[in-house]
Amino acid sequence: MILRPILSSLTRHKLTVMLLMLQVALTCGIVCNVAFMIEERIARMSAPSGVAEDEVVLIDSVQVDPHTNPQMRHLEDVAALRAIPGVRSAVAVDAVPFNGSDWTSSLNTQPDSDANAASASVYNGTPGELQTLGLNLIAGRDFLPGEYLPLDSAHDGAGLGKVSTVIVTRALADKLFPAGNALGKSVYPFSQPARIVGIVDHLSRPGPHDAGAEDYSALFPLLPDTAEVTYVMRTAARNRKHVLEIAKATLTRLDGNRIVRQPSTFAQLRADYFHRDRTMVGLLLAAAVALAFVTAVAIAGLAHFWVGQRRRTIGIRRAIGATRGDILRYFQTENFLIVSGGVVLGLLLAMMLNLILMQQYEVPRLPVYYLPIGAAVLWLLGQLAVLGPALRAAAVPPVVATRSM
Amino acid sequence: MFTYYLELALRSFKRNKALTALMVLAIALGIGASMTTLTVLHVLSGDPLPGKSQTLFVPQLDPQNMENYRAGGEPPDQVTWIDGMNLLRSKRADHQVLMTAGTVAVQPSQSNLDPFYVDARYTTADFFGMFDVPLLFGHGWSAIDDDNKARVAVITRSLNDKLFGGKDSTGQMLQLGDSGLRIVGVLDRWRPNPHFYDLATGSYAESEDVFVPLTTARDLKLGRNGSMDCWGGHTEDHLETAPCTWLQLWVQLDSSDKAATYKQYLKHYSQEQMTLGRFVRPSNVRLRDLMGWLDYQSVVPSDVQLQTWLAFGFLLVCLVNTVGLMLAKFMRRAGELGVRRALGASKRSLFAQLLVESAVIGLGGGIGGLVLAFFGLWEVRQRPSSYATLAHLDMSMLLTTFLLALGASIVAGLLPAWRACQITPALQLKSN
Repeated sequence: MILRPILSSLTRHKLTVMLLMLQVALTCGIVCNVAFMIEERIARMSAPSGVAEDEVVLIDSVQVDPHTNPQMRHLEDVAALRAIPGVRSAVAVDAVPFNGSDWTSSLNTQPDSDANAASASVYNGTPGELQTLGLNLIAGRDFLPGEYLPLDSAHDGAGLGKVSTVIVTRALADKLFPAGNALGKSVYPFSQPARIVGIVDHLSRPGPHDAGAEDYSALFPLLPDTAEVTYVMRTAARNRKHVLEIAKATLTRLDGNRIVRQPSTFAQLRADYFHRDRTMVGLLLAAAVALAFVTAVAIAGLAHFWVGQRRRTIGIRRAIGATRGDILRYFQTENFLIVSGGVVLGLLLAMMLNLILMQQYEVPRLPVYYLPIGAAVLWLLGQLAVLGPALRAAAVPPVVATRSM
Repeated sequence: MFTYYLELALRSFKRNKALTALMVLAIALGIGASMTTLTVLHVLSGDPLPGKSQTLFVPQLDPQNMENYRAGGEPPDQVTWIDGMNLLRSKRADHQVLMTAGTVAVQPSQSNLDPFYVDARYTTADFFGMFDVPLLFGHGWSAIDDDNKARVAVITRSLNDKLFGGKDSTGQMLQLGDSGLRIVGVLDRWRPNPHFYDLATGSYAESEDVFVPLTTARDLKLGRNGSMDCWGGHTEDHLETAPCTWLQLWVQLDSSDKAATYKQYLKHYSQEQMTLGRFVRPSNVRLRDLMGWLDYQSVVPSDVQLQTWLAFGFLLVCLVNTVGLMLAKFMRRAGELGVRRALGASKRSLFAQLLVESAVIGLGGGIGGLVLAFFGLWEVRQRPSSYATLAHLDMSMLLTTFLLALGASIVAGLLPAWRACQITPALQLKSN
């Protein structure tokens, strides 16, 4: 219909049209990738840790006196912490999700073989770790009291070579035994087999790992025996602050010759751990919005100048019978054509940028559905931006045609 | 003429106030974001020891067993005690240092201070000389102290301030747990960026507070930390004989010839260890210099690199935006320009007039960008990242910002001004 006059008019402004297309293309390419990165980070930040996050508090203790047996110290501390009113359970552990204390060990499904090996984060703690963290046991059982051994950290955690049972996360169980029959099977941290007696739904790792491996965790019935230990307590959400204060005082009272540090709720721990991701999401979001805004300004600005330039022509068209709707549609169609050109280029650019990001920064492949969404967003943006100037163009009275400028 | 053009430009801006403001704002945002991210990137990828870094090298050996062996793979980042000590004692380099990280409990002699933990570095004697560590009082220790497991320590200025009120504390005792060490030196302020000699304890970590001879630290069983990689099961009780890499080894080689010779020596050493049966993998050695090492370790956080790319992408869009809008604006005024041409203005003067108009926008954006960059860096410094406090605009970055702003304004101005000068005056006059 009216495509031909629009196209021939556009060819009169090749350079301007090309610049606008280039801008739309750059915006489309960048915004698609930025949106994808935002989604990815948000997914990472909101992944369940497996812990009853609103009810768990923790406090670190470092024993200074080298003459007390750390295990005895932990036993006494845990008993005292359990006695605090409002504390449902307490344990001493060597790591919790997001605290950065990441001990990674390879677990094999066969003795002395690397077949099917998975690298998993090792969690050790005193009896009751499952209930205290609030882990959801979906199969099997907790450790039995007789299964606990000392970690033997004086010999670099030699206990891991002697332990006979293990509880793994569902993700790790599926990775080690893809057939889904992990319960009762044995894994080999070293040459000794450890039987999988339980499977928990989720348990995030203490530090960052590759996508897909964030939940590869294994709990061992090994008692921490280092001077530095983390005490975990479970309490009602409203008592958390109060319990932490009393816990700090209790620990200092039991042994003044120690350093009590980082009393925090699990919620704080998570917030600190993902702080950088949150900042990055904020920056990415700001960049995407700013880009869209600048491009909208460009579209509106260009239309504004063109309307000014074409006032006379618009007047003539109106005088010879074009309706206001015709003029409005003319500018809308023109904008649609330019944005479409930019979008086609932009989608290619989005894929190219994604390829570069995949190589340089281990970003996954851009899902295909981002492309139509990106295109739709830019079309919408273009139509909204052009609406103001187009309405002004439609309001040009036919009488303009008869006036000389 | 220039003032007249400036007046024309200002008059033209007045006709489209909002649009002019938005164009300036877009360029300012683009330059501000680019400069903020570029400055952070510049600070993070800086040379921690300018003038010295090209003489410092990290020797890497591959003492692991055949498990997970892949031909052409990278050897471990650290060395075992046995290899570290062998290379240290062979003294084939101009200087060599072997070290690891740790944490020690400081028990202040003053009763009003509670015991506290500080980061420590257990190292051999050459550390202070090799890394140009400035000393406020006293000196480092000697190789003899290393051999004798001497009970000596060097502390930082901040720890000295805390424990001894800033007075010269050399000769005083430093109580670590139940062992006392004699302080022989106090460091002046020193914070190499990145924390190159042990990246595992934090790429941009502050320097440790206590330095103790490595042999002494092992003898006193002071707590160690940092990264450790073991293979073949933990069969050994002592780290001194365990199949684990946990020590950082650095050598100083003052010429490239010496570096080549040292690399040969490393190859010989690993072949010799193979004949002795200690090494089983084919000889696989590396000798990277300091900057090469930082690059290999990808010290600069990828988030920071991404932010920089993103900011420059944004700046590019903003520039294209300005060029497009200026062009449209000039073309809209084709009639006016045609009249000026017909009245005798040369193409050159028309070009100058339009260039002034677009350059004013670019320059306005540049100045705004500089202000935004200062604000952006202030914002970065408020963040809790370990490198936050380092984000300052230095002279070279200030100059870069200025050039970027100037370049942006010229790029944004040249093309539209040139295009608008190509107008045929007769055609424009006739069409009206």
